[in-house]
Amino acid sequence: MSTIGWANEELARIVAEDIPDGSYVNLGIGLPELVANYVPEGREIIIHTENGLLGVGPSPEAGKEDYELINAGKKPITAIKGAAYFHHADSFAMIRGGHLDYTILGAYQVSGKGDLANWSLGNPNDVPAVGGAMDLVQGVKNVFVMMRHTTKDGQPKIVEECTYPLTGKGVVTRIYTELSVIEITPKGPKVVKLAPGVSFEYVQERTGVKLIQ
Amino acid sequence: MINKIYPDVHKAVADIFDGAVIMIGGFGEAGSPIELIHALIDQGAKDLTVISNNAGSGHVGLAALLEQRRVKKIICSYPRTSHSEVFPELYKNKEIELELVPQGTLAERIRAGGAGIPAFYTPTSVGTPLEAGKEKRIFNGKEYVLEYALKADFALVKAKRADRYGNLVYNKTARNFGPIMCMAAKIAIVQAEEIVEAGEIDPECVVTPGIFVQRVVHVPNPMHEHDLIAQNVRYP
Repeated sequence: MSTIGWANEELARIVAEDIPDGSYVNLGIGLPELVANYVPEGREIIIHTENGLLGVGPSPEAGKEDYELINAGKKPITAIKGAAYFHHADSFAMIRGGHLDYTILGAYQVSGKGDLANWSLGNPNDVPAVGGAMDLVQGVKNVFVMMRHTTKDGQPKIVEECTYPLTGKGVVTRIYTELSVIEITPKGPKVVKLAPGVSFEYVQERTGVKLIQ
Repeated sequence: MINKIYPDVHKAVADIFDGAVIMIGGFGEAGSPIELIHALIDQGAKDLTVISNNAGSGHVGLAALLEQRRVKKIICSYPRTSHSEVFPELYKNKEIELELVPQGTLAERIRAGGAGIPAFYTPTSVGTPLEAGKEKRIFNGKEYVLEYALKADFALVKAKRADRYGNLVYNKTARNFGPIMCMAAKIAIVQAEEIVEAGEIDPECVVTPGIFVQRVVHVPNPMHEHDLIAQNVRYP
């Protein structure tokens, strides 16, 4: 992994700063889960997990895990005071019905037009699994992607056209990577923030689509 | 007198027939009715179609049912989870058919099945490989796909508390698919940790009204999948 740019924790802090007080937020599995730890002081954000809870709290202490209180990644969690449980159809009514303000997802690829590929690498021998990603990208008001800027072997993940199977078309609004924050605008992907010591050119060289400065 | 309480898990699943469509509750291990699934394994019904969010972990519960080759088809959103060994093997060897459904579409298809709605339009999967073969329609300039309701002959569901009418309360995120699966199945079979007298569940707090439940069986200390997997348990 590159040591250039923001560390994962710093990136999580940057994402969290862009989420306003009072928002209802769904966090994807993996890197996006970190965002919950960096909500700025004085701000209240309600975290939704699609398996049936509004008001996800911090991880439980060791030995206090309850395997009937888990997140979408099937890890034990806690519930905050004022939390609510609900069944799956209600949970996805929240998602599809436009009631959630933000979702932060990981990705294999994002196109300059905001197409997202994050559920399958398209290998015919892999067991296909989709989960709730296709519902989230259709219904949640703001779809943020949080990911490494390139693949492990340095290939761009922000591309002209996704080559992996799509999760949704034109759904991503912002991309957060260790190098920069990129907003998907009607004119194209625009760099709105650069990590310390990272130039626009450095980001462009590692991106498969023309960026707007 | 109405009394939906069955004496044990074996009697509760005794009439599940070969070729039945069965909804099985749970999101991963939370809400997975392991004792009812094990009773179904003992009972022997085969050629089943299972509707469930996941495809089981380790060699217990739903994974054990698959491992016994009792399931010909699974309708599922996420069959690939940690410790899931049985399904990938069966899938690779083409020993099981998979219908992959986005999770919210799966939930809504089940809800619709229980609510007398034959089909509905949803934006989920538009523009993706999972829209293939689906009828499309545009509403207010946005594209949607037609999805059909799911119904079942039986549902196997885990609850926290039940009374003889079949009124249910669940436990935290173990609720997940339970309420809608009870609605969508002809015979909803529920294992409950506690059986209480009618009236002990506050009517304001009933999550699944008893009309959606046909059988209740008392399983006071349900097994936990992660414990069984940690102990390398295989069923049977």
